[in-house]
Amino acid sequence: MIVGRVIGEIYSTINHPIFDRRKLLVVEKLAPGGRAPDDYLVAIDAVDAGVGQTVLVIDEGNSARQVLSAPNAPTRSVIVGIIDAIDIPGAADPARAREGSSPPSSPPVSAAEKTTAAREHAGKGRKARSR
Amino acid sequence: MKIGRVIGSLVACVAYEGLEGVPFLWVQPLSPRGEDRGRPIVCADSTRMAGPGERIYYESSREAALALDPWFVPVDDAIVGIIDGIHLTPLAESAGEPRGETR
Repeated sequence: MIVGRVIGEIYSTINHPIFDRRKLLVVEKLAPGGRAPDDYLVAIDAVDAGVGQTVLVIDEGNSARQVLSAPNAPTRSVIVGIIDAIDIPGAADPARAREGSSPPSSPPVSAAEKTTAAREHAGKGRKARSR
Repeated sequence: MKIGRVIGSLVACVAYEGLEGVPFLWVQPLSPRGEDRGRPIVCADSTRMAGPGERIYYESSREAALALDPWFVPVDDAIVGIIDGIHLTPLAESAGEPRGETR
């Protein structure tokens, strides 16, 4: 699976029938440190993701066809999750960087503080979902 | 899937069984911002409606073959849709820069 950020949407009327009534998003691949390697994917959205969100993408045919419940779908890339937080001790969190919560000029945060903050952040996300 | 631009067509009078009548197009892969990426490739056109100058999205490998009928045919890449428009966030213009607010 791939971590990426949704950077745009694609509109298309003439396409394979499997794409009818499905949202196509442009996803920029992310590295653990948050910097984007110069690569992207066009993926079908299965979780109602939006532009700016950090997402989990599968790029494998059998899984994609299973998610779409379409045994002959000509696609490999499907967005299957929206990421709240990523915790890699000592590395910037690409999922949090997008919210502008840690501007580049802010003092460095210790790994322990960051882990706690990430857990709180993830907790908030779960609460919001369960409501 | 990736984005590309059709730059031409080609004709193969002799093609492997199952590929007779399938249009083949010469496609230049693009970045989301529209810059050329790498060398042009040949795609089978499953929409049968794409033409030179149009932006399309294409799928590669086994899934490319699934776009065609009959589907068990030897193709590497297939056009699966024609793009009407791409809406990118301003954020996408500064790829590689530190991230800020996106909405």
